[in-house]
Parts: sequence; C-alpha cells; structure tokens
Amino acid sequence: MNEPAFTLKATGRLRRRQLVNQGMGALAAGAALLAVAVLAIVVISVGSRGAGSLNLAFFTQNQAQGFNPKGGGVLFAIVGSVVLVGIATLIALPLGVLVAVYVSELAPPRLARVARMALDISNGIPTIVIGIFVFTILVAAHGQSALAGSIALAIIMLPLIARATEEVLLLVPSSQREASLALGVSRWRTTVQVVIPSALGGILTGTTLAIARVAGETAPLLFLTSLGTSSTADANPLHPLQSLTLVIFSYSDQADPAYQSKAWAAAFTLMCFVLVTSLAAKLALARYRKKLGG
Amino acid sequence: MEAIKTKIEVTEKERLPVVSEREAVFEARDLAVYYGDQRAIDGVNLDIYQRLITAIIGPSGCGKSTFLRTLNRMNDLVPAARLTGQLRYRGIDLYGPGVDAVEVRRRVGMVFQKPNPFHSSIYDNVAYGLRILGMKKDLDERVEKALRAAALWDEVKDRLKDSALGLSGGQQQRLCIARAIAVEPEVVLFDEPASALDPISTSAIEDLMHELKRDYTLVIVTHNMQQAARVADMTAFFGLDVSPDGNRQGVLVEYDETEKIFTNPSDKRTEGYVTGRFG
Ligand SMILES: Nc1ncnc2c1ncn2[C@@H]1O[C@H](COP(=O)(O)OP(=O)(O)OP(=O)(O)O)[C@@H](O)[C@H]1O
Ligand SMILES: [Mg+2]
Repeated sequence: MNEPAFTLKATGRLRRRQLVNQGMGALAAGAALLAVAVLAIVVISVGSRGAGSLNLAFFTQNQAQGFNPKGGGVLFAIVGSVVLVGIATLIALPLGVLVAVYVSELAPPRLARVARMALDISNGIPTIVIGIFVFTILVAAHGQSALAGSIALAIIMLPLIARATEEVLLLVPSSQREASLALGVSRWRTTVQVVIPSALGGILTGTTLAIARVAGETAPLLFLTSLGTSSTADANPLHPLQSLTLVIFSYSDQADPAYQSKAWAAAFTLMCFVLVTSLAAKLALARYRKKLGG
Repeated sequence: MEAIKTKIEVTEKERLPVVSEREAVFEARDLAVYYGDQRAIDGVNLDIYQRLITAIIGPSGCGKSTFLRTLNRMNDLVPAARLTGQLRYRGIDLYGPGVDAVEVRRRVGMVFQKPNPFHSSIYDNVAYGLRILGMKKDLDERVEKALRAAALWDEVKDRLKDSALGLSGGQQQRLCIARAIAVEPEVVLFDEPASALDPISTSAIEDLMHELKRDYTLVIVTHNMQQAARVADMTAFFGLDVSPDGNRQGVLVEYDETEKIFTNPSDKRTEGYVTGRFG
C-alpha cells in the first residue's frame, strides 16, 4: 500500500487556530463557572447567617416590642409583601395580557414593532425612577399607602408579563387561529377562545417569574409605603405597609444584633422564595414549550 | 418508444345541468392578487356554480391557494395581500365597502391541508362554532348531524368527550369537515384536504364530498389529478406565466367540465399537464 501524500492531522495555521479555539473555550467556561460560583457564594453566606434565626415564630408572630427584640417575627412584613405583590399582580396580569394580545394578534406589524420596543425600554427603566413617578402623582397628594407601592410594582411587572405572554402567543400555531377564523368567528373571540387558552400555561409561568422579580424590589417602596407603618400585621392596602425587603433594609442598620440576624433571616426567606418560584416557573415553561411545539 | 401516459378515468357524474341552468355563486372578473409588489395571480375570469364541485389544479406556486383564500377573504389575514378586479358572491361585491370578512367566512367555510382540530374534545370541536355563533338550540342534535354528514359519527359516537387529538389523521380531517359544516355555510372550500392522508382516508373524504354536494357548493384545490377527475364536475387549470416585467404569476389557462379538461382539453398547456407532460 502506498503512503498517502498528505496528512489529515492539523498543522501550521490550522494548529494555531485550534489552540486559540481551545483557549477561548476554556476562558468562556471559566466565566460561566464564576457566575455559578457567585450565586453559590451568595446562597451559602445568606443561608449560613439567616437560617439560624428561622423558627416558627419568625413566620407567625409580629415584632416583639420593648426589651426583647430577639423574640417575635416578621409576620407583618410577610403580610405586607403578599398584599403589595398580590395587588400589583391583579393590576399587571390583565393589562399585560391585553398588551400582549394587541402586539401579537391585532396590531399592524409596524405598530407592533414600536410597542415591542417600548416594552423592552420600560423593562430597563430603573425601578427607583418608577418609584419617583408614582410618588409625584400619588403619594405627594394622598400620602403613602401600600396601594401606591403596588402600582409601582405593577408598572415594573407589566412589560415583563406582556413580553412573556407575547412570546407564548407567538408559539400558538397559526393553523389554530385559522380554524376558528374560517368558521366566521371574529378575531377577538378567536383570541379569547382559542389562542389564550392554549397559551395559558406560558402566561402563568411568565407571571410567576414577574412576581419573583418584584418580590425583591425595595427602592420604589422606600418612599411609597414605608413611613408610619405599624409593626402588627395589617392587610389594608390604603395604609402604608412594610414588606420583607423594607424590613431587611431597616433592620440591617440597627445596632442591636438581634435585629441584624432578623434581617438575615428575612433575606434568606426572600431569596428562597425567589429561587424556588423562578426555578419552578422556568421548568414549567420549558415543559410547556415542548408541549406546544410538539 | 411509446410515451407512458397515466390514463385518467373521469368518473361518471350525474348529468351536469346545462350551462344556461347553472347558477353562479362566485364570479371573478379580471381578478388579480398581489403580495406586496409581487403579483400572484392575474386576469382570472371564472364562475363557480352552485351545488357543483369545482376543482382547481395546476403546478405548485401558480396561485391555487391564493385564489381559494380570496373566496372567503382568508387572505385578509396576510397584511401585504391586496386585490384588484372584482369578485362577486351571489351578486355582491365580496371586497366592496361595508362587506365584513367575518360574515363572509360564516357563509364560506374552509377546510385546510393539514387537519387542525382544536385541543379539546371531539364534541367541543364541532360545537365550538355553533356556540359562538349563537346556534345553541338543539346543540347535541346539530353536533350529531354534522358528524353524520362528515361520515364520522359511527366511529366517534361513544367517545365524544375524548380529545380530538387522539383521532387518526383521516378522522381528524373529517372532524374538521364536520366542524366546518356544523355552522351551515353555503360554500365549503378545501385546500388539498387529502394530501396528508392515506389512500383509504382519501377515498372516504372523496365519497364524503359527493354526499356534501347535495347541500353545498364545494371548491377543492388538489395536486392529485385522479382526485380532481373523480370528484369534480368542473375543473379549472391554473398555469404559470412570466410577464414581460419578469413577474411570475398564476393565470387561469382553461376552465371547463371535468370530462372535457381531462379527455379533450382545448389548450396545449392543459393537455401537457393532465397527461403528465408539463409545459
Ligand atoms: N403569505 C404570502 N406572502 C407572500 N407571498 C405569498 C404568500 N402566499 C403565497 N405567496 C406567493 O404567491 C404565489 C402563489 O402561491 P400559492 O400558495 O397560492 O400557490 P399554490 O398554487 O397554492 O401552490 P402549492 O401547490 O404549492 O400549494 C407564490 O409565488 C407564493 O410564493
Ligand atoms: Mg397551495
């Protein structure tokens, strides 16, 4: 057998390109590893400081007054957070879905592009700016209230929900729409009866992600719903209410270490909530996408 | 060597009404459809007659689907689509002012190439249009009637509450036909309704079309010439034409009784197409 006159092994420039290729690959892998490591370090350090102060009282009692700051819990802040985020969701979910329906189903393509861009931009607005905005139109005249905080959170949620919803509406096959339209059913009825029901799973997971996102908001709440709050559980949205994030903020710069460890415990609670809900929502969304696509 | 010719048998139909007794449901006059700047069909003059089956045949891209989708204003959904010339439906300008596309589609139903049942039960698929269009009286009877008319009732009567997605492709397509006729349209358009189906389901759909002809005007786009010859009373052959400006558009080459199109076409291009020699 003759020796072949060529080799299939990498030589010269190809060899150099391969080395560069491997080097860049290693660099990228390192960066990815770093990102994961940062998350792990945050989770571990918050966990190690916060988990110790977690007990049943932390979730079921209000702050003990007077000389015993160690006792009691942050029930009032948990209730406040639930009210704030709950009302924000009630406002943002229907509006966000309507916006998404307009953008993906009804708007002429050019308007849809503009609306989509507007949503992406409002997604990037610093939340403190939204806080100031709500402050000037509501709080300056009517004083602080949980409702004002909820409105700010709803403004943050709206583009998140609208974009997530729009994305799943686009996944609904157009043959489903055509089936309904060809029966002489209007565009709007088709959207309500056919398109939204098949996109429902995706809409709900998108909403869950938005909830996880705003549950950790602090800045806009600081000057909308933090003054003169009571440290007993209160669910009236017309009163200013505390939230977990506000408690972390105010407890962490108290001199008394009992408050500081409560701040860590609240941080740990919030972090777990956000991690678990976003992870669950992402998993659900992936499964749902597969179902719609297949 | 003798050219191999597929011999196409034209099925014997009940006698066609003589030309003067045919009633035109659609009248296309110098119809052209554009997608943006591109002309998809041009200069189409064609009458579609009541209670007959009209087949539209022709090479891929010659605008068969485009023409079909102008008949129920389905092409309104394509933002870039526009139309010149005239299309009358029982005397009314279909694209005239004040004509509502939703009302048009109520009267002119459509069955698509790929079966597209809703992700709900068999019963709800058929009842969907009835409920929304307010035909809720005797809903069960109406659903049964539509399923019977679509020759599907015996296969599904014991599992009406089951998901429609569990049906075979051929059953799904008959379900889509049942869904379309449940709302009692006047015309049903079929865009290659059997191209995704096996031969047995295909012949079930063809038999069904013969039954439906008694009550409905049917228009079917098909690539399968045997199918056109078997089911259609009238056949329109669309061809591709390149105009001096370089635009490739579909034009109506020949339109006549199916028998004539397949046995004695007057245009060379039709003859080439139906005998398998393209040109
Ligand atoms: N939504 C659309 N946007 C732009 N162009 C289109 C659109 N639909 C069809 N066309 C163009 O119009 C022409 C006719 O297409 P049409 O689908 O009507 O042909 P057809 O005869 O049905 O073809 P086939 O036999 O392959 O289904 C083609 O050139 C096609 O590219
Ligand atoms: Mg087609």
